[in-house]
Amino acid sequence: MKYVLMYTNRPDLDAAVPEERQAEVYQAIFGWFEKHGAVMVDGGAELQGPETATSVKSGTNGGAPVVVDGPFSEAKENVGGFSIIDVPNLDAAIAIVKEWPSLGLPGVAVEIRPIVDHSGDM
Amino acid sequence: MPSAEDAALARIVRREAGLIVAQLQRRLGNFDIAEEAVQEAIIVALRTWRRDGVPANPGGWLSLTARRRAIDLLRKRAREVSLADEWDADLANGAGATQRTGDERLPMLFGCCHPALSVEARLALTLRAVVGMTTPQIASAFLVPEATMAQRLVRAKRKITSAGIPFAMPDADDLAPRLDDVLTVIYLSYNAGYLEPSASGRELSEDAIWLAELVARALPDQPEAWGLLALLTFLSSRTQSRFDDQGRLVLLEDQDRGRWDGVAISRADGYLATAAALRRPGRFQLQAAIAGCHATATSWAETDWLQILTLYDLLLRHDASPVIRLNHAIALSHLRGPAVALAEIDQLADRLNGYHLLHATRAQLLTELGDHEGARAANERALSLTSNPAEQQLLRSRLEMPEQ
Repeated sequence: MKYVLMYTNRPDLDAAVPEERQAEVYQAIFGWFEKHGAVMVDGGAELQGPETATSVKSGTNGGAPVVVDGPFSEAKENVGGFSIIDVPNLDAAIAIVKEWPSLGLPGVAVEIRPIVDHSGDM
Repeated sequence: MPSAEDAALARIVRREAGLIVAQLQRRLGNFDIAEEAVQEAIIVALRTWRRDGVPANPGGWLSLTARRRAIDLLRKRAREVSLADEWDADLANGAGATQRTGDERLPMLFGCCHPALSVEARLALTLRAVVGMTTPQIASAFLVPEATMAQRLVRAKRKITSAGIPFAMPDADDLAPRLDDVLTVIYLSYNAGYLEPSASGRELSEDAIWLAELVARALPDQPEAWGLLALLTFLSSRTQSRFDDQGRLVLLEDQDRGRWDGVAISRADGYLATAAALRRPGRFQLQAAIAGCHATATSWAETDWLQILTLYDLLLRHDASPVIRLNHAIALSHLRGPAVALAEIDQLADRLNGYHLLHATRAQLLTELGDHEGARAANERALSLTSNPAEQQLLRSRLEMPEQ
């Protein structure tokens, strides 16, 4: 089964983490991708910070879409990256994700979302 | 109004149903069809057995009926026609009769209690698939409309499929937390029946104990499973004295201890000893030990509150939830008086503001301190927060009591 992993963090809490610790976690992430290379359908991407985001939103009353500064959501949680994995079931995905190095930092969450299977579509 | 025979029938069905769901699920690789097929078989069984009596082999009867229903359901879903035909052939040859072992329900139980499902979903699925209760029965146990419960089950089964939740035992590393999730669901089921003076309430509690025993015997090296079984057995020893003849709730301190079930208490002691021998304490074992303290006290006055407080101190290390802290404060009040306990409880006010027992406890303590105005207000708040008729009755009678 294919799942998207969305790596999220809280930039406001990241600020309190010493640089050395951040660097340590960053290094560990490379190791994590290597370890789980076999299940990576697509290593995905690390995203630049939320301050670099631009969003295009639905216009009011069905009007023209609107371009705004910032991420799609006002929430404190930020999507920092994503990958696509292929594993037998959810428990297999959870086992891998539990090792995500950033989980040692406060306010981090990784979402596991199954992909819609279009293979049966005409 | 269901008769005693109905209740006996329903119990037989429930004991057999979970195994059949598990076997069908394994065979078909489809939990939804397996579970629907057994539900339909249950409904047919209750109707037919009521009329014709219970067959000599109720499990076999249910299994065969469920398999036939499963074939019909498979046919209805066009893509599964070939599988349905294969099964039909098996059935005609008398093949496909699977070996029955107690373990087969366990992977399904762990799947139904998976952390990726909401707690409500876990409860509903477990009671339907593993315990064999019908949707209306579950809805009534949790005081929600039948349509709501049906929807909850549909959504839960959909999530199992779409998210790929496996029906399998967790890895050794994950077993302890996953088992805790399972034991929690069983405990919540017991609780749902605990405060119902009705027959269906007692049945639900009995089903929970049956399930707790199934888990403990299937995982005998898991002390928390024995701990839960001990806890529920201690609690069930008081069933005869928990309600008076008018169905009114009787508090622990007022219960007639002569009506407590000594045999159940011995059994519970045995389960707790089994757990303790494994030397891995946990929250269910500690709660069982606390229940055990009450069970072995010959009277309310003889209760060993120091032992109970010590156990609560230990319990808080495993489970620091506000409700445990409330119970800790209650134990404290017996040793150090109401004022000290009230101070501890007031720290929980924010988190437990919507919890009726917080206010009921405050009311007790305020009464002891002579603050009758405060006690009245707290009892009224408690009354407004509980929908359980037996508890409401108790709180109302407190409000009607003349103040000393």
